[in-house]
Amino acid sequence: MYQAIVFLPLLGCLIAGLISLVGARARFPGADPAPALENSTHDLGPHTGSGAASEHGAHAASAHPATEHDAHLEQVPPPAMGSLPAEVVTTTFLFIAMVLAWIAFVRVGFYHEDARVPMLPFIIAGDLKVDWALRIDTLTAVMLVVVTTVSALVHLYSMGYMAEDPYRPRFFSYLSFFTFSMLMLVTADNLVQLFFGWEGVGLASYLLIGFWYHKPEANAAAIKAFLVNRIGDFGFALGIFAVFWATGAIDLDTIFAQAPTLTGKTIHYLGHDLDTLTVICLLLFMGAMGKSAQFLLHTWLPDAMEGPTPVSALIHAATMVTAGVFMVARLSPLFELSATAQSVVIGVGAMTAFFAATVGLVQNDIKRIVAYSTCSQLGYMFVAMGAGAYSVGMFHLFTHAFFKALLFLGSGSVITAMHHEQDIRHMGGLKDRIPFTYAMMFIGTLALTGFPLTAGFYSKDAIIEAAYAAHNPVAPFGFAATVIAAALTAFYSWRLMYKTFHGAPADREHYEHAHESPKVMLIPLAVLAAGSILAGLPFLDLFAGHGVEEFFRGSLTFGPGNHVLEQMHETSWVIKYLPSIMMVIGWGVAIWFYLLRPDLPVALARWNPALYRFLLNKWYFDELYDAIFVRPTIRLGRLLWRGGDGWLIDGFGPDGISARVIDVTRNVVRLQTGYLYHYAFAMLIGALVITWLIAPAWLGGGH
Amino acid sequence: MAITLGHYLTVGAILFTLGIFGIFINRKNVIIILMSIELILLAVNINLVAFSSFLHDLVGQVFALLVLTVAAAETAIGLAILAVFFRNRGTIAVEDINLMKG
Repeated sequence: MYQAIVFLPLLGCLIAGLISLVGARARFPGADPAPALENSTHDLGPHTGSGAASEHGAHAASAHPATEHDAHLEQVPPPAMGSLPAEVVTTTFLFIAMVLAWIAFVRVGFYHEDARVPMLPFIIAGDLKVDWALRIDTLTAVMLVVVTTVSALVHLYSMGYMAEDPYRPRFFSYLSFFTFSMLMLVTADNLVQLFFGWEGVGLASYLLIGFWYHKPEANAAAIKAFLVNRIGDFGFALGIFAVFWATGAIDLDTIFAQAPTLTGKTIHYLGHDLDTLTVICLLLFMGAMGKSAQFLLHTWLPDAMEGPTPVSALIHAATMVTAGVFMVARLSPLFELSATAQSVVIGVGAMTAFFAATVGLVQNDIKRIVAYSTCSQLGYMFVAMGAGAYSVGMFHLFTHAFFKALLFLGSGSVITAMHHEQDIRHMGGLKDRIPFTYAMMFIGTLALTGFPLTAGFYSKDAIIEAAYAAHNPVAPFGFAATVIAAALTAFYSWRLMYKTFHGAPADREHYEHAHESPKVMLIPLAVLAAGSILAGLPFLDLFAGHGVEEFFRGSLTFGPGNHVLEQMHETSWVIKYLPSIMMVIGWGVAIWFYLLRPDLPVALARWNPALYRFLLNKWYFDELYDAIFVRPTIRLGRLLWRGGDGWLIDGFGPDGISARVIDVTRNVVRLQTGYLYHYAFAMLIGALVITWLIAPAWLGGGH
Repeated sequence: MAITLGHYLTVGAILFTLGIFGIFINRKNVIIILMSIELILLAVNINLVAFSSFLHDLVGQVFALLVLTVAAAETAIGLAILAVFFRNRGTIAVEDINLMKG
């Protein structure tokens, strides 16, 4: 059964990939696809139902920028052969995997049927023997449920969202490949297997962000995501090496068994004695920071929104970006032993929660707002992880997957309704045109902001209580940042809602033509909305209450001094109600600003333009990195290119030698002028030389 | 003043030098090159005859006759080539004859 969960998506990926290849072959028989690609240069990808596109073709030409204008004039390539089978096969497999995952969740979580499924021997080198195995415990089961559920719904949603894209088999193949990699990651039994899944999801993320590879921004965003993740992965790989160096093993059971013996041991490096466990944990956390877009390595996540919206929902909100959180939870036996590492985790998480929330306040792109919100919520999860409340972090991961996927898919529905308009300043009043999407987004926003009785309420409150109850010296900072971020979250979420759905339409033409998405897109929204409400209270006791021990058992480790889960229930009522109070404040300000007095935000931005620009430009991180890393790298590259390759290698290397020979021959050729008198002169010189050489011999002979 | 061998050799040397420079300095006409070659050959002939008389050896004069014959033949062929060349290219200017290169 577990093999089926993990490998069904792979099977779907292979089938869809095959269809995609056959389709490409059929479309460009016997030739490279270059000329046809030019035709699709202006293709913008998804449009909703076919009737809608023809209905709006005319007006879109006038209302959209030039690129989109062209899209309607250019011949859109016909859909790839076999698009429908590819969609149906991958989606069906995902739904089967989802059902199996829920069965596994019940069996593992409630009937305690943990399993370790060996697949094949993986690494055998000397004493090191590592199996390729699936590790199924409660932590994995929770992730299995999250990944397969969201992925299945996103597959279904994509059937509607990508309906007019000509390259659907490729898209679905990538989606299934991502799901397989993610499942491989969460079922990993050793660190190398974890790393395999880790890189697999990174690759899938790269491919899907750059899915519309004819858009330069999409390519740039894909490369950026890949590179920033490489920085994190570099730390992760070093962490794995350090673990292997310290314990001689990479399979989790051995590492966890040996972890307590490592306390107090040090690594001597560059004249410093470093605590082994702290070094290991910090290096591993660096990987988590990259993958989960934490402060300093967050820059790729907002740019990743260039990808198709279902991808943003699946990869950049619900699943892949939570891999870092999952990894910290999985390695809780290590993190539990290093207070320093935990402090760093809290600090980074809190900083991210606060930073991303402030940036989210002023963004205008609907997807970017949700992306910064994701970033911020991931910060929450890390605060919980650092506080030692691993199950609480997992709880937020679990609930967040539902409502953030819902918000993204809802945004996708809005975007298709508005014909690929993503700027909320051009929206407004949409609640009358697309009431179902509005209702679903409303539920998602309630859950995200932590409205009582929704899923987000329980998980977010639990995190804030855990941050308050934790004994870590950085915990107060985590507490303060998460509480402030709660108000900011409420503000920017409702700002998004009010600017999009309320008020007067900013663009009359778009408003008139806005239409509800097809059913295949609305059903996933409804399911996720149900999840956003139901994922909270029923699971509260399992993740954050007294059922944690019973539910998670060995999959999470709480150290002997870690009583945060008990203590967080003993906090005063003020702390319990604080997040709700902050939520109400944020919501109230949003109502005041965007429903009652729409002129106020503009005045506020005018009143303090420096702060506004600081936030609008995302704390100038992109500019900072550009100055610190990108430009020097380009300069170094130019130096090596011009100086190293151009001057040294091409001048004196292999190419240089041939170039010098050509120089010599060119000069020799120049000697041959073709003029008679030059030849005659040469002849005469020759005659003179010969005479001069021979004459002495004659004369000498004559004597 | 008696005319000695030295005078003959001097005249020969002057003629030879004129011939050499006629080849190099001349940039106008290929016929002048042919004439210069004739001049060189005549200089050689003067030398041969002068030495023949000086050494009382007839072989030199016989050789001079041979040279004259060869020079006549060479001039005939040279002029013939020039005539054909002119017919093909429309010019016999030295400057324009520059095709003999790789």
